[in-house]
Amino acid sequence: MASTIRVRATSSGETTEVQALIQHPMDSGFVKDAKGEIIPPHFIQQLTFEYDGKNVFTADWGGGVSKDPYVKFVFKGAKKGDELKISWVDNKGATDTTTAKIQ
Amino acid sequence: MTDVGFSATRRLILQGAGAVALLGLGHPLFGLTPALAAANDKYPEAAFKAKSEADAIKALYGKTAEPSDKVKMDAPEIAENGAVVPISVTTTLADVTSISFLVSENPVALVASYKIPAGTLPSVANRIKMARTSNVIVVVEAGGKLYSANKEVKVTVGGCGG
Repeated sequence: MASTIRVRATSSGETTEVQALIQHPMDSGFVKDAKGEIIPPHFIQQLTFEYDGKNVFTADWGGGVSKDPYVKFVFKGAKKGDELKISWVDNKGATDTTTAKIQ
Repeated sequence: MTDVGFSATRRLILQGAGAVALLGLGHPLFGLTPALAAANDKYPEAAFKAKSEADAIKALYGKTAEPSDKVKMDAPEIAENGAVVPISVTTTLADVTSISFLVSENPVALVASYKIPAGTLPSVANRIKMARTSNVIVVVEAGGKLYSANKEVKVTVGGCGG
């Protein structure tokens, strides 16, 4: 299966800008479907970005984050060609992981 | 004899348990600190259950935030679609360790909380859902203190099935 995570990490010398887009329904558990039944909560709880064995960014999410979530941040210390590891876990225990090369 | 042996062991175990309990209670103020430190990689379940933003901030940080003009939030005046509201924040505060996003009118106030280790810039952009027109609150933890910024975002179509 193709990865649910799409990442673009761009180095501009000292800093690296990371943009991530993840495919996930992010159901909050407050929305009803067409039949009037509540759609059970199903959302990513934690998303981590690891560089050189260390967490450079951790997101704790609730059901209030939009469907197919997007996040952007900037960190220091990485170079072009280095690898960034991204993983998430949702409230049902599902996970996905990918690595991205810094461009 | 076995009885005595058993009870002696039991007493030892109980004493050990008592000592551990005492250690835990020894510092009522520090009682929270290990929990918060452990929360560094643990998902803050309770904070994501709190209905109000005040309760969520308390559950997350154990203290209250003061408004600061050093916290700059970029949010639309009007969001046509409450399901996708782009919000970003940046700050000139030093030693930022965490940034959180809250929507007061949402059924669960806390939307997202980001941990910012040293070496990562205090600047985050994301997209959130808003049930209806509401105040959006951004909380920045810097140097162990909490700072916040507030902005009302008008929502034309709610994003929580409302």
